[in-house]
Amino acid sequence: MNYIPNILFAVALIVGIGYFAKNVKKLIRNIKLGHDVDVSDNTSQRWKNMAMIALGQSKMVKRPIAGFLHIIVYVGFIIINIEVLEIIIDGLAGTHRIFSGIGPLYGVLIGAFEVLAFLVLVSVIIFWIRRNVVKIKRFWANEMTSWPKNDANYILYIEMVLMLLFLVMNATDLKFQEMNNGNVISQFIAPWFSGLSDGTIHIIERSAWWLHILGILGFLNYLYFSKHLHILLAFPNTYYGKVKPKGELDNLESVTNEVKMMMDPSIDPFAAQPESAEAPAKFGASDVQDLNWVQLLNAYTCTECGRCTSECPANQTGKKLSPRKIMMDTRDRLEEVGKNIDANGGTFKEDGKQLLDDYITREELWACTTCNACVEACPVSIDPLSIIMEMRRYLVMEQSAAPMELNNMMTNVENNGAPWPYNQMDRLNWKNE
Amino acid sequence: MSNTTLKVPTMAEYMAEGKQPEVLFWVGCMGSFDDRAKKVTKAFVRLLNKANVDFAVLGTEESCTGDPAKRAGNEFLFQMQAVTNIEVLNAYEIKKIVTACPHCFNTIKNEYPGLGGNYQVMHHTQFLKSLLDEGRLTVEGGQFKGKRITFHDPCYLGRANDVYEAPRDLIRKLDAELVEMKSCKSRGLCCGAGGAQMFKEAEPGNKEVNIARTEQAIDVKPQIIAAGCPFCNTMMTDGVKAKDKESEIEVMDIAELIANAQDL
Repeated sequence: MNYIPNILFAVALIVGIGYFAKNVKKLIRNIKLGHDVDVSDNTSQRWKNMAMIALGQSKMVKRPIAGFLHIIVYVGFIIINIEVLEIIIDGLAGTHRIFSGIGPLYGVLIGAFEVLAFLVLVSVIIFWIRRNVVKIKRFWANEMTSWPKNDANYILYIEMVLMLLFLVMNATDLKFQEMNNGNVISQFIAPWFSGLSDGTIHIIERSAWWLHILGILGFLNYLYFSKHLHILLAFPNTYYGKVKPKGELDNLESVTNEVKMMMDPSIDPFAAQPESAEAPAKFGASDVQDLNWVQLLNAYTCTECGRCTSECPANQTGKKLSPRKIMMDTRDRLEEVGKNIDANGGTFKEDGKQLLDDYITREELWACTTCNACVEACPVSIDPLSIIMEMRRYLVMEQSAAPMELNNMMTNVENNGAPWPYNQMDRLNWKNE
Repeated sequence: MSNTTLKVPTMAEYMAEGKQPEVLFWVGCMGSFDDRAKKVTKAFVRLLNKANVDFAVLGTEESCTGDPAKRAGNEFLFQMQAVTNIEVLNAYEIKKIVTACPHCFNTIKNEYPGLGGNYQVMHHTQFLKSLLDEGRLTVEGGQFKGKRITFHDPCYLGRANDVYEAPRDLIRKLDAELVEMKSCKSRGLCCGAGGAQMFKEAEPGNKEVNIARTEQAIDVKPQIIAAGCPFCNTMMTDGVKAKDKESEIEVMDIAELIANAQDL
């Protein structure tokens, strides 16, 4: 017996999965560069969010056309993977269509896969047309430079090829076509090859089979480098996403401690600091390490669909701010920091760069109206607003770099208890006016 | 409009009498100082007086909630304001607060509890709705019967806190024709004032946000744009002026609609 294909298959599988696992470890390490944040609350609500938003795609269908097509591709992706299980067993054991022994149900299953594969193919082609022919605005915004555009198209091409290979593999499987059970779509492709000898058809079938599984392993490894990571990270991201009302911003605990000290007359401000006292934490964020790990997970989860940006009032009126760019910049900088750590034996070496200014400009940050439209629009519970707020906090509290008008407003709040220079003692004057 | 004087007791007066009001009316900075918003404040008070609601204001003891400072990034100033306000509110043993400003509403409801301020907080549209439901206030369409009214969702009431129906229920009670803009409810477009934008010039762009929103409103040909936020009110009023539509479209707070409908 010839074991070479089995061994080759096992090697491909180990290399494919092994390299992916290595990158997942790197991904987790990068995400953990963020601050810790307590996400142990509201577990039942969190599971519900994951079930509804990620599994149930509830936010995708807010835009019905894209939502419907996405559900086809998503369901296809999950269900067709049952077939991958068969391919893996066949590949390792040297069997052929090992599940076909289960009887007529096999035909029903494969038939369903074929229909889905066809629908996925059609959907993916429509997606490609929407991006490249119809040129829907959100796919052509400023932050959609060459890599984001190419990345999106590569994903579509890979999916097209994988679906075609699956259908060709079935169409050229002479035994399977003879069974005439489950070849719902492939029976129409089979005649394309009818002029060829059985031997040639067999070679085509084997090639399609190998390319299909190698393609899947390749695609798996492409994820880490691509926006397509969302197919995995949407699940944890919707679980860890915000469960509080959208309007609620966190109260910075480090500030609370300082404010309490200021308000407490019993504290001696001149008392010597205990030796163990830590240097006060930085307020807000100027780089990715200042963000929390959920915000960094958000960045890796973003699939650059641009729904946030298309709903953003600042972006709609021509300002530079784009919530999608905030997420893309955060990921790009995080990747850069990760590579820096890899290159320097596990520790970050100062590179003179940061998320603020080198990636995200102040003009973008100050254009935000905090309206939460981006947060509402995101189909996978990403919160770009929280990153904008952290960076504003850094600008104001660490750098005193607020726009002048805002400094005036804040001086008024501080002195008069109102954002304008009115006297607090006049607050009830309206009553007699 | 009748000229009966408004009854606006302060917490200090209640305290002196050893009494506790049913609810504290948090007026907010806009409601206290802005000429347009003061009219909303008074309309709401007329309704409270009409419904015999036992309420009080803090008056000169009220101070900015700290919302614009927090959204500008100044967490220190926000927390200083918050802690000071909470001390006052807790000293008066306040349990329930109503406010006509969604920014004050959001801040006191969501951000004060973590700093020791726990109150039941209602937006004035929610409070008016409850007065109607309890039969303490009745509404008739009056001058607004059959008028085309569109409601502009304040971000800090709608998306921020999922309150979409209370203001709409009130408009429906006026027997008015409620029309929705292209972007409404959870997809409502911001007026452009939030996140401390009210206090600064906008960044360079090709349009002001309030103009974009006003255009959406004009598209549905309303006679009245109903607002539920003093900041939105200003932005939409400016937008209507910029579009030369002042003679056709009025911007009014829901409290004004309800009060004016009964000639209060």
